[in-house]
Amino acid sequence: MSNRPELLAPPEIFYDDSEARKYTSSSRIIDIQARLSERALELLALSVDGIPRLLLDIGCGSGLSGETLTENGHQWIGLDVSQSMLNIALEREVEGDLLLGDMGQDAIFVPLWPYGWDKGLALRPGIIDGAISISAVQWLCNADKSSHEPRLRLKAFFGSLYRCLARGARAVFQVYPENIAQRELILRSAMHAGFAGGVVIDYPHSTKSRKEYLVLTCGAPSISTAVPRGTGEDGESCSEDESSEENQTVCISDRNRPKKKQKITRKGKGRDWIFKKKEQLRRKGNTVPPDTRYTGRKRKARF
Amino acid sequence: MRLFTHNMLSSNIKGVANGFPLRIEVDQVVEKQVDFNPDFLRNMFPKLEWKALVDAARTMGYTELPEEADSSMLESEEFLRKLHHALLEIHLEEGALVCPETGRKFPVNKGIPNMLLHEDEV
Repeated sequence: MSNRPELLAPPEIFYDDSEARKYTSSSRIIDIQARLSERALELLALSVDGIPRLLLDIGCGSGLSGETLTENGHQWIGLDVSQSMLNIALEREVEGDLLLGDMGQDAIFVPLWPYGWDKGLALRPGIIDGAISISAVQWLCNADKSSHEPRLRLKAFFGSLYRCLARGARAVFQVYPENIAQRELILRSAMHAGFAGGVVIDYPHSTKSRKEYLVLTCGAPSISTAVPRGTGEDGESCSEDESSEENQTVCISDRNRPKKKQKITRKGKGRDWIFKKKEQLRRKGNTVPPDTRYTGRKRKARF
Repeated sequence: MRLFTHNMLSSNIKGVANGFPLRIEVDQVVEKQVDFNPDFLRNMFPKLEWKALVDAARTMGYTELPEEADSSMLESEEFLRKLHHALLEIHLEEGALVCPETGRKFPVNKGIPNMLLHEDEV
């Protein structure tokens, strides 16, 4: 089976009842989703004044990401294209309002301008204070029906989002682009719609915990639209335990290897070698014990 | 679906110039208790289309909201309570949303409006 569900079937078909249940009952996925949405909320950079905001969760699925929003006290509206996923969200009694809709279709949220005419141009302010989307936007890059054109769907998506967001509001999308071209396509569509911003990459050196976030700001570029830095960019260690299991490699030494070729040094690999290796693993985003004066020290004989 | 969501939904069928507000057809309304938060309401108030909200609340059987409202009324606790009830506690469980121009129905099942369009409507 491919690693990329969007290559298998359109979302409303791929996430059928059984797949939706599988998705939501996996504690690993729940954990990752919660962590992603927390980071997305952090990148949204809402001012911390305790006032609940109205957020949009695009591709909310079973409401895993919405739960994080609720925990942080925000009101949210979730949009998803899969009825089965929304049914699970209902079962889980999520707090937000759910909508069955396709993010690639044109705006279902009220755009700014048409309602001001009869009231002397009193424009209605942008309604939504921020939008997040966890692992959803890459679905737009696939043409699942003959009427689908990824470029147009992305354009419709970003255009309608731009119209309903408040000025200065941010939108954070966690995406898994398939390749560089896809990332560029997404980013370019966002810029065309008028968004300012860029991509934040967490743990860029790691293949597994590497996560990309598209951080977009509604409105003209300014200081506030500067893209925040990713975590783990300069060798910060990430506090993830999930990778430990799979990063263990089993060493099988060949018994017939001639002894001559093995460099037998009495001292072993040495402290410097250990520091170098630990640094490498840290860059990859693995959990590595801190460097102390005990690192690489030999155990006492009586141990 | 709650009324604050209704207040920001519009019909997105191609060629519809003014798809707002969607008319509500009610089959079933439920009420759920939500914690009262005046800050959220004050934040939301300027973004609301008041007339649409009052009409929607009437259709759902809640007639306490005043015809006109301005930001000075946000001082009164009583008004905020009413607004809170209308915005956050009344749910449209079963029914439909109807596009004011074309009459296209968006069914609401188990509180989820189905806003999906057919290919020819996009």
